[in-house]
Amino acid sequence: MEPYQWTIHEARERLDKGEISSVELTRHVLARIDAVEPKVQAFNTVTAARALADAEAADRMIAGGNAQPLTGIPIALKDNMITEGVETTCSSKILSGYVPPFDGTISARMKAAGAVLVGKTNLDEFAMGSSTENSATKTTRNPWDPERAPGGSSGGSAAAVAADMCLGSFGSDTGGSIRQPGALCGVVGFKPTYGRVSRFGLVAFASSLDQIGPFTRDVHDAAILLAASAGSDPLDSTCSDRPVDDYVAGLSAGVKGRTIGVPKEYFIEGTDPAVAAAVQDGIRQLEAQGATVREISLPHTQYATACYYLVATAEASSNLGRYDGVRYGLREEPGDLLSMYMATREAGFGTEVKRRIMLGTYALSAGYYDAYYKKAQQVRTLILRDFETAFDAGVDLVVTPTAPTGAFKIGEKSGDPLQMYLSDIFTISCNLAGLPGISVPCGFDGNHMPIGLQLIGKRFDESTLLAAAHAYQQGTDFHTRRPQL
Amino acid sequence: MSVGNEEVKKIAKLARLELTGDEVTALGADLNAILGYVDQLSALDTTGVPTLEHAAEFGDSWRDDENRPSLPRERSLDVAPRSVDGCFAVPKIIE
Repeated sequence: MEPYQWTIHEARERLDKGEISSVELTRHVLARIDAVEPKVQAFNTVTAARALADAEAADRMIAGGNAQPLTGIPIALKDNMITEGVETTCSSKILSGYVPPFDGTISARMKAAGAVLVGKTNLDEFAMGSSTENSATKTTRNPWDPERAPGGSSGGSAAAVAADMCLGSFGSDTGGSIRQPGALCGVVGFKPTYGRVSRFGLVAFASSLDQIGPFTRDVHDAAILLAASAGSDPLDSTCSDRPVDDYVAGLSAGVKGRTIGVPKEYFIEGTDPAVAAAVQDGIRQLEAQGATVREISLPHTQYATACYYLVATAEASSNLGRYDGVRYGLREEPGDLLSMYMATREAGFGTEVKRRIMLGTYALSAGYYDAYYKKAQQVRTLILRDFETAFDAGVDLVVTPTAPTGAFKIGEKSGDPLQMYLSDIFTISCNLAGLPGISVPCGFDGNHMPIGLQLIGKRFDESTLLAAAHAYQQGTDFHTRRPQL
Repeated sequence: MSVGNEEVKKIAKLARLELTGDEVTALGADLNAILGYVDQLSALDTTGVPTLEHAAEFGDSWRDDENRPSLPRERSLDVAPRSVDGCFAVPKIIE
């Protein structure tokens, strides 16, 4: 196995034993990027010089006996995370060339941990999409089949891990943007509880839903990345000050004695039978590991997508008001101030972003607020209550498919926004309810594309969730499969 | 409920988007399709159901009101499209 294929915990052992330096490991990863990035197109920016400087600093930390779990580990960040001195575009023309003068918290925490930044990954513009096709930068390819999309919106971060161009990465998940590309690229994608990881410096899309989380090769690594990123932050008032558990130590708890609910509403017509079969196999595997499985009902599931596209677009229309050509980014200046705003936004935003701003503005506008936005917020309560009812009845975890199909072809859904929105149908409820969710590889479809199994946990109970997902991986080897590149 | 071109233009102005004629037509069609889909929510009886603004468990988060270092002005202005005399510069709005 090549060093760029190691898990983070394997690399940690070898770095600590002195079998390899961070500089050597980073050189292996950068050479891998040189070799396969032309085919995958996962990165907006590769930060090779920065990575080697980070690695030299990491080697000094290790030599000084100050290594932390991520010291010397090459990682990537989604390009909607603010990085001081490194261009941050959100894959949008409106931020093209923007080099932030400060670090967001995720970037600062990775620096403090001694992690090595190898690059910024492609996304659907402002994280709005499910295929990474809505990028103004480039089209990212699924490493398992270059004609297929990697999913989205964190498609670059998922593809970079799947193609061994970093040992782990971070994405953001508003309606499934970590878990769905994780499933479609055959890697672990983990969205923690709303408020578990600081979002200071995560460019806002829908603030009541957005959450940062990791992509990794296995659940053990996801626990490592969560531990290194979670915890209170005075710069983000929505970030919880609950103590951060020892997620890695918690992995050994397994899934024995846990009750796992299987919501009947998630096994519906329209789901690829291969996906349903792989997830059913996964459920049997969890049973074999000692879990008790029972059918549950989450009766408002069918309304989640409609609810989400009103809540998320309303918040987006407000959040994206800041792109006005005044303080940063693109400016078009045809005349007076109003025409500057209008022309800048017209030239800077892509079609999907305009579509969502329009829908959100409409849902919030006088005369429609009660019928759309307020209604959606009430339905959101019902969706949260569905989960609370299940948890109150003794369910510890919920298991579902992550996405209704494996990776779809590039261009297959991009002409039909509604069809694209429905690819998030199984991941959206988790965001609306603020719950943690993880996707783990659980099989392959008829096109040999990876399938993901989603586990959803109770709020701030990441330990139980990770332990169950880890137990699943102890009995399966889907997470060890690699695409041929 | 159907959204016509004039309403699309009105929303675009509220959103500060200067849409082309083709965009007005295309986005109008998309909006109508999406609104047709989300209209299924109207079938749900939500009488008396409270709204949920966010899924956070906490209330207001407090910190001490004390001076902390912030970004130097010139570094903020470095990324601005145009600045004059230590301020962001925009087209003149008052004659």
